[in-house]
Amino acid sequence: MDYHLALSLALPETIIAVSSLLILVFGAFRGDKGMVSISALCGVALIAAAFAAAFAQPGTAFSGAFVLDGVAQFAKVAIYIAALFIIVLGQGYFDRLGARRFEFPILILLATLGMSMMVSAGDLISLYVGLELQSLALYVLAAFRRDDAKSSEAGLKYFVLGALSSGLLLYGASLIYGFAGSMNFHAIALSASTNLNVGLIFGLVFLICGLAFKVSAAPFHMWTPDVYEGAPTPVVAFFAGAPKFAAMVLFARVLQTGFESQVEQWRQVILVLAVLSFVVGALGGLMQKDIKRLLAYSSISNMGYALLAIAAGAVGIPALLLFFVLYMVDTLGLFTVQMALSRKGEPVTRIDQLAGLAKSNMPLTVVITILALSVLGMPPFGGFWAKYFVFGAAISAGLWWFAAAGLVASVVAAFYYLRIIKLMWFDAPVGEVDKSPAETRWIAYAAAAFSFPGVIIFLIYAYPLAQSAAQGFGH
Amino acid sequence: MIPAIPNLLSIITFAPLFGAAVIGVLRLMARKDDEAIIAKNAKWISLWTTLITLALSVVMIAGFNHSNPGYQFEEHYKWFGPLSYHMGVDGISILFVLLTAFLMPLCILASWDSIKDRVTEYMICFLMLETLVIGVFTSLDLFLFYIFFEGGLVPMFLIIGIWGGKDRIYASYKFFLYTLLGSVLMLAAMLYMVNIAGTADIPLLTKFAFAREVQPFLWFAFFASFAVKMPMWPVHTWLPDAHVQAPTAGSVMLAGILLKLGGYGFIRFNLPMFPYASEMFAPLVMGLSVIAIVVTSLIAFRQTDIKKLIAYSSVAHMGFVTMGIFAGNVIGVQGAVFQMISHGVISGALFLCVGVVYDRWHTREIAFYGGLTKLMPHYAFVFLLFTMANVGLPGTSGFIGEITTLVGSYKWGTWVAFVATSGVIFSAVYALTLFKRVMFGEVTNQDLKKYPDLSVREIIIFVPLIVGTIVLGIYPAFVFDITTASVDTVVATYQAVIGG
Repeated sequence: MDYHLALSLALPETIIAVSSLLILVFGAFRGDKGMVSISALCGVALIAAAFAAAFAQPGTAFSGAFVLDGVAQFAKVAIYIAALFIIVLGQGYFDRLGARRFEFPILILLATLGMSMMVSAGDLISLYVGLELQSLALYVLAAFRRDDAKSSEAGLKYFVLGALSSGLLLYGASLIYGFAGSMNFHAIALSASTNLNVGLIFGLVFLICGLAFKVSAAPFHMWTPDVYEGAPTPVVAFFAGAPKFAAMVLFARVLQTGFESQVEQWRQVILVLAVLSFVVGALGGLMQKDIKRLLAYSSISNMGYALLAIAAGAVGIPALLLFFVLYMVDTLGLFTVQMALSRKGEPVTRIDQLAGLAKSNMPLTVVITILALSVLGMPPFGGFWAKYFVFGAAISAGLWWFAAAGLVASVVAAFYYLRIIKLMWFDAPVGEVDKSPAETRWIAYAAAAFSFPGVIIFLIYAYPLAQSAAQGFGH
Repeated sequence: MIPAIPNLLSIITFAPLFGAAVIGVLRLMARKDDEAIIAKNAKWISLWTTLITLALSVVMIAGFNHSNPGYQFEEHYKWFGPLSYHMGVDGISILFVLLTAFLMPLCILASWDSIKDRVTEYMICFLMLETLVIGVFTSLDLFLFYIFFEGGLVPMFLIIGIWGGKDRIYASYKFFLYTLLGSVLMLAAMLYMVNIAGTADIPLLTKFAFAREVQPFLWFAFFASFAVKMPMWPVHTWLPDAHVQAPTAGSVMLAGILLKLGGYGFIRFNLPMFPYASEMFAPLVMGLSVIAIVVTSLIAFRQTDIKKLIAYSSVAHMGFVTMGIFAGNVIGVQGAVFQMISHGVISGALFLCVGVVYDRWHTREIAFYGGLTKLMPHYAFVFLLFTMANVGLPGTSGFIGEITTLVGSYKWGTWVAFVATSGVIFSAVYALTLFKRVMFGEVTNQDLKKYPDLSVREIIIFVPLIVGTIVLGIYPAFVFDITTASVDTVVATYQAVIGG
């Protein structure tokens, strides 16, 4: 096998891996003072990796362990861009807390590397290695404010439960390997279609459970609200989008490559997860008082929508890609707004602290309104189109009743987004808010502007791109 | 001949949004202490924007070819996948565009003095609402329609919630969630249709024959959305709350335009796209309409709040519309369109009448008033005229709407028309009782003497409405000429399928 070709396919990963190690060495000498330049270097590495991913020639390398196809390229570029924004946000956030530590951007880079491996995983080994690299970096990031009890709690919870789920996943992977006799997804597919047995199905179910945990689909969602509440906000903004995108792509790849012939076996499991997620997400969010906990439940129900796209099969893949881009912009925007708001130096964490925001900060009120309406699924905002693709795919796959159930759940969830809007616009103010930091403000404006009207232009280009990227996925 | 303006329809649709953007930019640029000046500017900009929109709509209707049954002033640009930006009007929708453009300046004028808090936001909400509502009538793409249809919820939610009465929050949530639940079912149906037909173009979908087995599901999904919007009994319960809590101009928009979205949707989607299902479910719709007409008339009679009474009367009048539409014959559908236009003018005017006294005494309790004829003779005249129009007195537009829908439904089934006609009598009972209790009798409440009769601004608001009601009542052909060709096509599509 041509080693040059293999390396050129993995060029984005190579860039990130090498630069993260070099930057780590640089950071060890400069210390926390050099955080700005370290963040900048990490940003440059991500941009370079994004270009490398965008312009790479698709192919397979390392005996099928590494796959670079349209979907992987699309997902990688989106994940790198998301990570870039998180580095910018984290830089300002930890600076203002007086807790700047140069490891932050490097850990983000390492997590991104893990995600990058996940979306390109072609066998069970690269699946597990990518997933663990990502998870380990995220465990540390969740506990990044080590002087803060809630952050440490979040890190610990995430670690213990994450390790459990990795165990499940690994057990499933070993069963699959044992019964299929191969690690490679294509070889597994061959074995599954000719010689399907209970052991393989068992392994598949364990694998699904482990992955469902990573994407926080109900009933494996228990960690989400606690971790969201405790972890530093820029890290949560990262959690909510990129890792889930990577895990969903991996999910789709395992199911649609490795178990393509067994659609009827896994589709029902995925649909149960999806429906439980909408319901738990919609009902669980109703009584939340903390903004981040609310967004955690919102993300659980959104993962239900993404699972619906996976259950739809091949038609769901472009929907999944577009869904995640639109969804990541909305969540990034919402967490950024949460970082932008503070009263007398104290960050705004409870929903009722948003009361009367329209009187004191009109631009941010408009931004939150747009983003909340977008996540709610109100046209013409981005979130509506995300739902449009997912439900469209589900309906064209004949999952008519599940789509209807998801839509009805979205009406229940609408209540809690409406409460945010109600508090800001209808209620009496509870005092002035501080001037928000520049970078949070501008990222929030940009997210809202993307949600509408940016989405109009975005879809013109992204829709055909996602369609062609998903072409031949899994083969 | 008037020179053709390119993209006239888009200009009409988005002109109010442009006005809203101008107000928004001025607001952001202004300093905090300029509040009063910005508010004043916002009012004038809104008034001019709505007047220009009205003028453009009149230009459009002047250039409209009455004999062409298809869509005119079309604009078509591809967007992505099966979706496109497709605008156009036919004889049915153009009248609703005109109605919206006509009521809007009156809404702005009606809010001129009564809204004191957050004037700029208020005007922005109204202008956005105008764009979204006009867009519903002008869009010819399924999802473009859905964007406008759903988008309208947001400004209305804010209008009720920010500037509404005591229970505004309850009312605004109820309004939003009720309507949203109806619409998501429609969304599911739309996704299915696009998936099956491969296009979201409404004219093409009208020609697409959906399989007989799926039609009931699709029909019902659209019905769920439009029936809530209409609103039909028994899903009307959001309406009285929303009306009572909304500010005057909000009620005018709600009764005058937003309720018509349901009827428009029935004519545009349910009837021509799912003819089998329409025929199958026609008895259901007829039954619900008749119940609405009779039951809500009786409920209206028991109300102690003027606005609530008029809200229930709106539900009853919308019953005539649904009845006319699902009678499925030319005169019924013609009548339904006419009734919607006429009700838009009359109910708008009635809510403005309530607004007049509410601005003065800040109560809508019927018992508070009495003997206003002696104190406010001009007002009494206006109120009487619109009460009579609401009852359906010959010579007013209300009469034409009711008689044509009744004739249409008589052809469908005698008993329906028979029971519905009793609704006309009930409406006379509650409307005249209301008039008697508010206007006649001795002035028992000395507070009533504190304020004068109609101001010049209020008279300016009412004159166009009076002219509209009378002109449509005496010369209904103005509407029928425009609608005939398009209604004929819709009904022909429907009857070709169910007849054959």
